[in-house]
Amino acid sequence: MTTADAASGPAAPPPARRPFLRRRSAIPGFGLTMGVTLSVLSLIVLIPLAAVVLKAAHQSPAEFWAVATSRRAMAAYRLTFGAAFVAAAINSVFGVLTAWALVRYDFPGKTIVNALVDLPFALPTAVAGIALATLYAPTGWVGQFLTPLGIKAAYNPVGVTIALTFIGLPFVVRAIEPVLRDAAEDVEEAAASLGATRLDTILRIVLPALAPAWLTGFAMAFARGVGEYGSVIFIAGNMPYKSEIAPLLIIIQLEQFEYARAATIAVVMLTVSFTMLLIINAVQAWARRFD
Amino acid sequence: MTISIRSVEKTFGRYPALNKVDLEIADGELLALLGPSGSGKTTLLRAIAGLEFPDAGQVLFDGVDVTFASAADRRVGFVFQQYALFKHMTVAKNIAFGLDVRKGKDKPDKAEIARRVEELLKLVELEGLGKRYPSQLSGGQRQRVALSRALAVQPSVLLLDEPFGALDATVRKSLRRELRRVHDATGVTTIFVTHDQEEALELADRVAILNNGRIEQIGTPDQVHDQPSTAFVCGFVGEANRFEGQVSNGRFSAGVLGLPATGLRDGAATAYVRPHDFALDDSGFEARVERAHVQGPLTTVNAVTPDGRRLEISASRAEAARFAGTIRIAARKAHVYAA
Repeated sequence: MTTADAASGPAAPPPARRPFLRRRSAIPGFGLTMGVTLSVLSLIVLIPLAAVVLKAAHQSPAEFWAVATSRRAMAAYRLTFGAAFVAAAINSVFGVLTAWALVRYDFPGKTIVNALVDLPFALPTAVAGIALATLYAPTGWVGQFLTPLGIKAAYNPVGVTIALTFIGLPFVVRAIEPVLRDAAEDVEEAAASLGATRLDTILRIVLPALAPAWLTGFAMAFARGVGEYGSVIFIAGNMPYKSEIAPLLIIIQLEQFEYARAATIAVVMLTVSFTMLLIINAVQAWARRFD
Repeated sequence: MTISIRSVEKTFGRYPALNKVDLEIADGELLALLGPSGSGKTTLLRAIAGLEFPDAGQVLFDGVDVTFASAADRRVGFVFQQYALFKHMTVAKNIAFGLDVRKGKDKPDKAEIARRVEELLKLVELEGLGKRYPSQLSGGQRQRVALSRALAVQPSVLLLDEPFGALDATVRKSLRRELRRVHDATGVTTIFVTHDQEEALELADRVAILNNGRIEQIGTPDQVHDQPSTAFVCGFVGEANRFEGQVSNGRFSAGVLGLPATGLRDGAATAYVRPHDFALDDSGFEARVERAHVQGPLTTVNAVTPDGRRLEISASRAEAARFAGTIRIAARKAHVYAA
């Protein structure tokens, strides 16, 4: 054995290459999950959306602007975003109450109520739309009682809001439920021992702690409402300028082979929705500042 | 504030949590409720707080019946084992909560509340942390916040449910002293629940030992340790070697071990001998030393008798060398209870 051999000793392992794009971690699966995520997201979300934008870009900016801001389109945006917002707001009130009842109490038929909450997830939306339209039409079961009161609940923006409320309810309930379930009882007992009334405890302790989950539920219900088509068209009446939602306007443009116009309205909706979701996420991050 | 508990009973399902408990707590006293889990100590504390309501019996504050008064009306400060802080509020807001929810003329103005909060932060040595959120504090700091939140309403009685249970040993020790200091500074009647006898003996003026929903003994730490009135107390408070045996003619015997048991009737009995009550004695019984290890100024010796009984003996470090091989020992003192 020569001295050179002895000096080299066992071969030193080559220095490990720094992993690409990630921190070293003992948690396995980064490469696989990230790869699958990006592929699926591209195929299902990004590429189709890019195609929409490309299609809209076939027009000149002036044409684009004219279509995007036409009176009919503006009325449709207003209805779509307005009704989705109101529906999400209604859901965030009744969703909390529903979640509260489901988490805090045991009552006969609880499992059935629990399953009913999820029904809007599963039911074909057209079925819901037809059922709601039948119920709330001026001669329908519910509608006949509203007509004497001067309330028209179908074939107008009120009808749109009713349909979107139906669609959005489970989002708020399911977002709040786990947080409410995890909320420790001792925190409410602490508030009571400090002299807080029940109302104080709910308003100042329970609800603020729910705020982040609440916003999540609101955002999901809102986003779902903006995109909803199937249930709305049966109850909306679909009168241009009055009760025509933006998704329907897109379909109408498509049927007239106006693909670029359809894409234009889609791009506007996409931009507004994305901006609103970003804002809601920012508010949520703020609401979670104490975590 | 004096507190009287009069034959309070509470049952959860078929399981009795409190069984005719009587207890008098003097004004300004620091009392420990000590017992194993399931002994009813927490239920008793919660009944005093108004978080649980007894099935029978009375709770009196200064002679006034508050058995069914709500927690909000009792003006008690309650500290929970898991802190129960309002996590969406800053430390200062947490402490101010009890003052902030008061209505009308009872509610101090903003400056007064801020002053109180500062004062309390100083009392529990958390100055400058008022703007943090609970999630930004350590366990010990959170429990200090919980303590000052409870004190903010100037409670007539301070109740603590296993206040140090979720903390590590070092923090636990320092917080114990802190509680004693805060108690002495404020003079508020304080009751705390613990399953840790060391904690109860160190901290409390008096200790009430609970078992199976009954109070076994109430007394000063010295009394419950040195003169345990029941076998349970003797085994639960302090270290003890337990022997099952027989009493006949005023003498207890268990194998090689013999002890005086005057006044006890003949029959089965249990004897307890504290580790430090064994001493080397040529007229005593024989035991073989298995292991000896240092514990602070003392040495703990594990020995076994020829008939297989295991003993734990405490000796001074100076004496320790003599505990080797086969030794003869005797009990200087023992507690014998009829079975």
